[in-house]
This record gives sequence, structure tokens and C-alpha cells, in this order.
Amino acid sequence: MTEGIAKGGATRRKFLTGAGAMAAGSTLPVILVRPARATPASMAAAIRDVIGEARVQPGKVKLDLPPIVENGNTVSMTVSVDSPMTEADHVKAIFIFNEKNPQPNIANFHLTPRAGKARVSTRIRLADSQQVVAIAQLSDGSFWSGSIDVIVTLAACVENL
Amino acid sequence: MARALVNVPRQAKRGEVIEIKTLISHPMETGYRHDESGKAVPRDIINRFVCTYNGVEIFRADLFPAIAANPFLSFFTMATETGVIALHWTGDDGQTQTEMANITVA
Repeated sequence: MTEGIAKGGATRRKFLTGAGAMAAGSTLPVILVRPARATPASMAAAIRDVIGEARVQPGKVKLDLPPIVENGNTVSMTVSVDSPMTEADHVKAIFIFNEKNPQPNIANFHLTPRAGKARVSTRIRLADSQQVVAIAQLSDGSFWSGSIDVIVTLAACVENL
Repeated sequence: MARALVNVPRQAKRGEVIEIKTLISHPMETGYRHDESGKAVPRDIINRFVCTYNGVEIFRADLFPAIAANPFLSFFTMATETGVIALHWTGDDGQTQTEMANITVA
């Protein structure tokens, strides 16, 4: 009887350990594929649409947005990329994404070496407090990213007329 | 289409990096809003902006509903030669607008 319970306990422990290992085994690849921060699936999908299977390295890209936004209907945004903007080494495009607006895309900017300076400003809408991500495509084919977290107190897009 | 403001320096030195700033009045209706009767307001945005310098494209932008009303854009280019900087906007309805600015490069 006692032996039976002991056996049962052992089996249960074994089962739990096994299940734990399985869970760890199944979630590990997901963690490796995703970027360091958890991003909603739609933004990840939109980014994949643009860059394909290419690897995105963090760095070179700077996003300037106010950290706290009172009105999400119009938010000043400046994106700049650290690049000499020469024929041999320049920024070809900058893609801006968001996590929580109805659509993950904000804007795509296409630049040439004639820009002289890889910096673009515009005004955007933000529907919620969220992360904004910019990905730059350089002339050598590499992708670089920068991101910023923004707190929005009055959201855009959701209000009625 | 609409009233547009364009800010391009009139004069620049050859090789100088100049800033081009522009704002066009447009509601940039997202298509995600509803009117008082609950009907969805159809999307109507400017989805494309192109800037050319003497006919050569120097900057292009694909715009989405997340761009605020009265889209503002600022970007840079190198002053290479005297000529015309033209800005073209294209809307969802296919309407286009073009504004020109002259620049003298010494």
C-alpha cells in the first residue's frame, strides 16, 4: 500500500518533470525566433512582409517621439539613421510600424544617396500606449531597427464624429 | 485637391544639404471611424508622396491611415543644381496634386 503510493508519487513527479521539459522544449524555439520584446502578431507579420527572412539588427536607427502624448491624433515623429549617405553606403528605405493601431503600418520612406542626411519627420496617429518600431534598409541589404515606447492619454482613431 | 504649404530654400550652395518641409490640408480619413448613425466613414487618405529634383526622384513615401490629418513631411536633399523641386501627392481616389519650388544653386 505504502509502496503503491510511493510509486504513484514517483510516477506523478516523473510526469510533471517530463511535462515541464516538454513545455520548455516547445516554447524555446518561439522565444528564439521573436525579437527581444514581445510584439503583437500583426506588427511582426507586417515586418515580415517587408523584410522577408532577413535578420534585423538593433542599432543605427533613432526614433524621436514624445514619451508621453496627450493627444494621439497628432504626434510628431522624427526618424533618423546613422549613415554617411554615400553612393556606396546609404539608407534605401525606412519602414515605420506600430503595435496597437488598427493597422500595423505607419509609413514607408524611400531615400536615395542624394538625401545627404537620413532623417524624416512627420506627424502620426497613435490609438493606444504602445511601441513604435522603425526598420531601415541599407544599400548593402542589411536591416537595422530602433524603437520607442510611447504613453498615449487620448487615443486616436476610435472616436466617433 | 487641397491647399499645400511648401518650404524649400530659394538659394543654396552646391553640395549643401537642405531641408524640404511640406504640409497639405487633407482629412486623412482612416476608414475606422463611424458617423452618428453608426455607418463607417469610408477611407480617404493620401497614400503616396513623391519629390523630384529636376525630374529625378529624390524622396518617396507610402502613407497609411496612421498618418495624422493634414500630412506634414520633412526630409533632406543635397542641393546639386539650379532648377525645380516638385512635390506630388496622390490620394485614394486617384486625385493628384503637384506643387513646384524653384531653387538657385550657386
